Amino acid sequence: MSQNLLLPHSAGRSGEPARTEGPLLSVRDLNVTFASEAGDVRAVRGVSYDLHPGEVLGIVGESGSGKSVSSMAILGLLPDNARVTGSIKLDGRELLGLNDKQMSKIRGKDIAMVFQDPLSALTPVFTVGDQIVEALTVHQKLSRDAARRRALELLDVVGIPDPERRFKNFPHEFSGGMRQRVMIAMAIANDPKVILCDEPTTALDVTIQAQILEALKNAQELTGAAILMITHDLGVVAGFADKVAVMYAGRPVEQGPVDEIYYSPRMPYTIGLLGSIPRLDASGEHGRRPLTPIEGNPPSMVGLPDACPFADRCPIATEICRDSEPELLAAGGNAHLSACHRRADLQSGTIPIDEVYPVPEIPEAELDTVPREQRAPVLAVKGLRKHFPLMRGAVFKRRVGTVKAVDGIDFEIREGETLGLVGESGCGKTTTLLEILELVAPQAGSIAVFGREAANLSGRERLEMRKDIQIVFQDPMASLDPRMPVGEAIAEPLRTHGWSADRAAARVAELLELVGLEPYHAARFPREFSGGQRQRICVARALALNPKVVILDEPVSALDVSIQAGVINLLDELRAKLGLSYLFVAHDLSVVRHIADRVAVMYLGRIVEIGDVASVFRAPSHPYTQALLSAIPLPDPRKERERERILLPGDLPSPANVPSGCRFRDRCFKYASLNAAEQARCRDEDPVIVPRPDREDHAAACHYADALQVV
Amino acid sequence: MTAPTPAGTAVETGRPESAAPERSGRAALVWRRFRRNKTAMVGLVGLVLLFAFAFLGPLLTHWSATDIDLVNTQSGPTGDHFFGTDDVGHDMFAQTVNGMQKSLIIGLLVALLSTGSAGLLGTAAAYFGGWWEKVIVWLTDLFLVVPSLLMLIILSPYFQGANWLVLVPMIALFSWMITSRVVRGMTLTIREREFVRAARYMGVPAWTIIRRHIVPNISSILIVDFTLNVGAAIVTESFLSFLGFGIRSPNVSLGTVINDGAQFASTDQWYLFVFPASVLVLIILCVNFIGDGLRDALDPNSTGASAR
Repeated sequence: MSQNLLLPHSAGRSGEPARTEGPLLSVRDLNVTFASEAGDVRAVRGVSYDLHPGEVLGIVGESGSGKSVSSMAILGLLPDNARVTGSIKLDGRELLGLNDKQMSKIRGKDIAMVFQDPLSALTPVFTVGDQIVEALTVHQKLSRDAARRRALELLDVVGIPDPERRFKNFPHEFSGGMRQRVMIAMAIANDPKVILCDEPTTALDVTIQAQILEALKNAQELTGAAILMITHDLGVVAGFADKVAVMYAGRPVEQGPVDEIYYSPRMPYTIGLLGSIPRLDASGEHGRRPLTPIEGNPPSMVGLPDACPFADRCPIATEICRDSEPELLAAGGNAHLSACHRRADLQSGTIPIDEVYPVPEIPEAELDTVPREQRAPVLAVKGLRKHFPLMRGAVFKRRVGTVKAVDGIDFEIREGETLGLVGESGCGKTTTLLEILELVAPQAGSIAVFGREAANLSGRERLEMRKDIQIVFQDPMASLDPRMPVGEAIAEPLRTHGWSADRAAARVAELLELVGLEPYHAARFPREFSGGQRQRICVARALALNPKVVILDEPVSALDVSIQAGVINLLDELRAKLGLSYLFVAHDLSVVRHIADRVAVMYLGRIVEIGDVASVFRAPSHPYTQALLSAIPLPDPRKERERERILLPGDLPSPANVPSGCRFRDRCFKYASLNAAEQARCRDEDPVIVPRPDREDHAAACHYADALQVV
Repeated sequence: MTAPTPAGTAVETGRPESAAPERSGRAALVWRRFRRNKTAMVGLVGLVLLFAFAFLGPLLTHWSATDIDLVNTQSGPTGDHFFGTDDVGHDMFAQTVNGMQKSLIIGLLVALLSTGSAGLLGTAAAYFGGWWEKVIVWLTDLFLVVPSLLMLIILSPYFQGANWLVLVPMIALFSWMITSRVVRGMTLTIREREFVRAARYMGVPAWTIIRRHIVPNISSILIVDFTLNVGAAIVTESFLSFLGFGIRSPNVSLGTVINDGAQFASTDQWYLFVFPASVLVLIILCVNFIGDGLRDALDPNSTGASAR
């Protein structure tokens, strides 16, 4: 990164922020109400906080908690039907009540914004360079030349290689991570006092997320700006923020320094959130600590009664919680505030924090006692390959290349076992799944279910086999037909396989109960359910025919954390009860660590490391696995501060253009540390996956595999 | 109606051992939601009444459509001639009612046939892809560029003596293409949705997927198209009859009656136009009400049909 930065007032502003000069941004009793058909939606109710120069405030909350709305209010970017009251002061100047023209002078100059989706935040028809130049010249008097120089500098600062060339590129020529860097460059272009980041890394892969957070940190150090970080990810906040505000139902329910919030939470919602995230650093036997889900759903924001909005989901709610809404008051020293009637009990330890939520019992599966070698393999994939031709030309198509989506992978799933398949987007996870589910002969290799080759099946046998292998998709809204009552959706596999209407109806009721819903829900449409319930319905549908293997394609990544825990526990429980095997595809390694027995890490169409979860996570041997694991933020501020992060340079190469030899070498930090002779081997020889010498069930595809503890 | 054949038959309700009070399949659910919609029920009852009027109406008068009352030409509405008579002495009531019989059938059948084939071809083209798609798209384009009127005129001599019902396929043949293209486009996006993939991986046969998942999700356009087609078909038919093809004097259709009466709309003999025209308006209104109700009943996002 560039050292000789020409930022106008960088001198004296970097380094330790001066906390004495009073808050930079001061929000007091902010209320936002939207008028709607159903009545007033009180999206934000009484948010107050101070942000000092150089400070990072994390605002955490689930979808609909009002975290984004409250920050949009700061920028004055709410729609016209929003009523905003309270006070927002920037450097002592009241922002509420300013007209759009006055706000335009502040937006992008004093307060900058980084959005979640960098593709829609950049204009597709202008080059990236022009957009940064525009951001500069709107607020500063600069000659074209000076603005251009400045823009190039900014691109360099945020870590875009070859800025001269990239300057002339259009947004679509950038990857998601690169676009987010451009957004950061634009945000810091005018040396803002405050940078608002609204879920800046949610749409990105973990290794890219680590890069972006690093770029944000650099940007902050250079400009000395304060950052308001809005996110649902408690891990991101742990390592990044100084202070945290937890929002629920439009209000901050707990607020304080980051360590206080994580180590001594004083509000059951925060405790619940922290207890419901699967952790990468989970200790204990098998690394499996049952997650404590928060039951129920957030309340509707219309006509909230005068009661604690969390009371219905709270395990320690009492009479008073339903009679009046608790104020946000001090709960221990150090500016730690909590909006809970029972904060005193939580503080004094009358209610121990680990016992607020009942720990669910996950039954032990009978099969768990049987050693792996003695269990029958249910799904065996050998040398699976799927290449797509890359065609050019409108009339006469010619082949110009090959996309090697899946390039020879092997794995086996045994009875009652969960294999986690992880990797970043574009590594071939989904293609692998779809190939398996087609149940036909793959381009190369073989797929066998219960020892029967998919290639040799007749149509009838294939239909029979579909009973045994079912799928749950990522997005529960998209995978349920919105126009079909859920009862009918669950009955669909049954009817397809010849069940009578009567039997199917009885089975649907049984399945709904199995996944924690009520039989009378069958007559409802999917939209009447929340995300978590919809995913339960998808699970019920997948289980209808008593399959042996269920393929779970990112089943919880579209859900809020508190809901996610419930679904993960359900999957765990069903596996034990019904003796299922799972192929669990995810990009979230914490979830995989929690639920899987074995894990396979994919990179660019290959499995680079596979083995027992405990072994792979404790002693990852492939550099990619190491980087992947180290990129995941832990919801633990102290550990997070101490961790060394392995940052991978660049993006995942296109599967149409796979490097020679080891396909990871371009981004490999190990490769860089090798001598020329060793590097030549990585360049010329494609590493095969070989068992690690000292471990039982663990193999890696690296010439220089070496264990490294990163979590 | 073309609108989605409700998937699967109703699952038996009220099983004794089940605690669930209303377990039902989609057909029953849609019907229940449809019934809650007052305008839709008005439309349905209205359409039934119009059919009754068309087929029982002749019993109310002793005049038939071809009778000529030479004594009472150009009579206004009277106790004997409810809707009056025209220059020649035709009883307008008998003519309207007689015309309605044919027009109702032509309107509904044409709409059914053209929307149905548009839905069938559009979804099949998009869902199956490959050669199916190539052939169907080519066919659609062909019918779009061929001037339909010219074709009808060229074809008409072959059908001179035929039954008037020949009009139904003839009109339908030239009115499905645009909807079919729209349907194909919509199906292309729905085909990629996960619930369709989920159904495929369950082993649901292709046509069942189309019927059960794709058609209900494009039902809005099909229903709107259907209701528009009813009116359009009645008008097209009158136009064809005017060209001497299809229903010819002394036989009448609602279209021909309106066509003949149109010139009197703003004269003393307004009744020659107003009565048959209001019947046409009523038919189209009822069909639209039913269409709206059905669309709401099928659309889980509509608030109109959900229980309060």
